[in-house]
Amino acid sequence: MHRLAAYPLKIVERILLIVVTLVFVFPFLWMMLTAFKTLPEVFRFPPTFLPEIWDFSNFMKAWESGPFLRFVFNSFIVAVGVLILQFLTAVPAAYAFARYRFPGRNLLFGITLIALMIPPQVIFLPIYVQMSGWGLVNTLWSLILPYGASAFGIFLLRQSFMQVPDEVIEAARLDQASEWKIMWKIMVPIAKPVLVTFGLFSFIYHWNDYFWPLIMTNSDAVRTLPMGIAMLKASEGGKIWNVIMAGNVILVFPILIIFFFAQRHIIRAFIYQSK
Amino acid sequence: MARVLLKQVVKAFQDQPVVKGLDLTIPNGSFTVLVGPSGCGKSTTLRMIAGLEEVTDGEIWIGDRKVNDVPPGKRDLAMVFQNYALYPTMNVFENIAFGLQNRGLPRQECKSLVHEIAEVVGLTSYLDRKPSELSGGQRQRVALARAMVKKPQVFLMDEPLSNLDAKLRNQMRVELTSLHKQLGSTFIYVTHDQVEAMTMGDQIVVMNEGRIQQVASPVELYQDPTNLFVAQFIGSPAMNILSWEEEESCLLGFRPEKGRIAATIQPSTEEKGISLRGKVRSREILGAEVLYYVDTRKGQIIVKANHDVELIAEDEDVRLSVAAKDLYFFDEKTGMRVMGQHVHSLPLAGGAV
Ligand SMILES: Nc1ncnc2c1ncn2[C@@H]1O[C@H](COP(=O)(O)OP(=O)(O)O)[C@@H](O)[C@H]1O
Ligand SMILES: [Mg+2]
Repeated sequence: MHRLAAYPLKIVERILLIVVTLVFVFPFLWMMLTAFKTLPEVFRFPPTFLPEIWDFSNFMKAWESGPFLRFVFNSFIVAVGVLILQFLTAVPAAYAFARYRFPGRNLLFGITLIALMIPPQVIFLPIYVQMSGWGLVNTLWSLILPYGASAFGIFLLRQSFMQVPDEVIEAARLDQASEWKIMWKIMVPIAKPVLVTFGLFSFIYHWNDYFWPLIMTNSDAVRTLPMGIAMLKASEGGKIWNVIMAGNVILVFPILIIFFFAQRHIIRAFIYQSK
Repeated sequence: MARVLLKQVVKAFQDQPVVKGLDLTIPNGSFTVLVGPSGCGKSTTLRMIAGLEEVTDGEIWIGDRKVNDVPPGKRDLAMVFQNYALYPTMNVFENIAFGLQNRGLPRQECKSLVHEIAEVVGLTSYLDRKPSELSGGQRQRVALARAMVKKPQVFLMDEPLSNLDAKLRNQMRVELTSLHKQLGSTFIYVTHDQVEAMTMGDQIVVMNEGRIQQVASPVELYQDPTNLFVAQFIGSPAMNILSWEEEESCLLGFRPEKGRIAATIQPSTEEKGISLRGKVRSREILGAEVLYYVDTRKGQIIVKANHDVELIAEDEDVRLSVAAKDLYFFDEKTGMRVMGQHVHSLPLAGGAV
C-alpha cells in the first residue's frame, strides 16, 4: 500500500531533480563546449551542440592574451590570504561570542550581523579612501585586508561553538588547557565541517570576485584572474567567445578540482548545516 | 595533606542562594559522598571545589592552600562528569594524554603513563578509537582514566554512574571503591541515590535545600539520623513516621525492617514498645524479603519482614509491634531528633492503640 502510493511521487521527484540539474548544468556545459569550438562554429545558426572540430588552441590564446600566470598567482594569494585572515579572526571572535559573558556582547554581535547584510558596493568608497590613505591601493593588500574579518564566518562558527557541551570545555580547563588551546585544539576540530563549508564559500567568492579588484587595482601586476578574463572580452573589436569561454574554464578549473577531491566532505558539511 | 575544607561557603545565582553556608571537612584519603535530592546544590558545591564556579562567599581550602582564586587546572584535582565530557574529536589516547601534555610532560613519559593507565582500566585495545565509537561503559572508563592519569590529590565525581545500566553500575561501584583503596587519594562523589551513597562512602554528607543536614558514616547515618529529613532520606523504603498523642508536637518513627507483623489481633506483651492494629492492604515479595503495606489508624505503614516467617495474605488483620529501642522521636516543628526521656516513658505494648 504504502510503497504503491509513494511510487509516483518518487518519479515526480526524480523528474524535478533532473530538470533542476539541467538548468544548473547546461550553461556550464555550454561554456565547456564553446571553449573547444572554432570561432565560425560559435556564430553558426542553428548552433551545434558538440564541436565539429575540437579546437584546443583557444586555451593557449586565452592564456597568452595577458600575464595569466601572474593573474592566477594573484588570485590564489588573495583567496588564500583572505581565508587565513578570516579564519584567524573568526575563531576567537566566535569563541568569545559563544562562550563568554561580557558587557556589550549582544550589541557587538548585533553589529556583526548588520555587517552581514551590507553588500560591498555600499561601503567600497570609504574603504577605498582608507586604503588610499595607507598607500595600499593597487596592491594585493587592498584586496585582502578589507575582507580580513567575515561576519558570515563569525556567525556560522558561533553557532557551532555554542553546541559544544559546557562540560567539555570545563574538562579541558581542569586539564590545564589555556583558553587559546581550548579554542584551537577542542573547538576548532569540533567545528571542522562548518569551517570547511565556510572555507569553500569564502574561497570561491574571492576567487571569482570581480567587483573588488576592479575598484582597487589598475595594473596587471596586481590584477586577478576574473579581471584577466574580462579583459579578453574588451580586447580587439569583436567578441571571441570561444577564447573567452576557454578563459572561464581556466578560471573554474581549480574550483572543479576542489569539488572533485572534497566532494564527500562538502556534501557532509552541507548536510550537517541543515540539521 | 589533601584534606578539603569548606568554610561558610555560599553560592548565589542572580541573588538566589542555592548553597547556604556550608562548613565541611573532607579528610585526606576519605571517600566522601554528597547526597541529597535533585536540586539541593550538590553539583554546585562540587563545581565550586573544582573552581568551575566562583564562590559567592566563604573559603575553600585544599591541603594547606586557600584556592578561592586558583584556576581549576592548578588545584591538583580531576573531575569525572556525568556525561563524561570526552573530547569528541580526539581518540582515547589523546583524550587521556591531553592533561599531561598541557603540563608539559615529555612525550615519551606521557605515552608510557597513558599506556599504564589504559592497562588498569582495560582500554589498551581501544586507544585509537574515537569516543563516538565506544559504548557507555567504555566512555566511562576513558573519563576515569583521564582523571587518574594526572594522579591528582583529589578526585571529584558528579553522578558518574547514572548513565550506565543497572548491572554495569553495580560493577563500577565496586571498581570505584577498590580504586579508591588502591590510590589512597581523596574522593568527593556526588549522587542523588542514597543506596549508592551508603554502599560507597565512608563519610556521607546529606544535603537538602543548600544546607548540610548531617555528616556521618553510613552506619551512623542509618542508626542515628539527626533529623526527620535524614531519617526519611536514608533507607529504603523510607522510615515510617507517625503522630504520637502521648507527647505534644512529637513525631515517632521506625524503620520498616524493625517493625514486626503478626497475623493476630492479640497485643503482644513481651517487651517495651508500641503495637498497632491494622489490615494488610498489599504486599510485595522481594525474594528473601516481603514488604507489607498496612493500613492503620495512623495511616499507611510499611513493614519489611523476612520470607521465612510464614506469608500473611492481603486483607488480613494484623498486629504491628516495634521495640522501644527501635523507635525514633522527632520534634514536629523543627524536625530535629529528640533524644532520651521518651524512650523510658513509653507505655508497655498495647498502650499506644
Ligand atoms: N548556572 C546556574 N544558574 C542559575 N541557577 C543554577 C545554575 N546552576 C545551578 N542552578 C540552580 O541551583 C540549584 C542547585 O543546583 P545543583 O547544584 O545542580 O543541584 P544538584 O546537583 O544537587 O541536583 C538548582 O535549583 C539549580 O536550578
Ligand atoms: Mg547535579
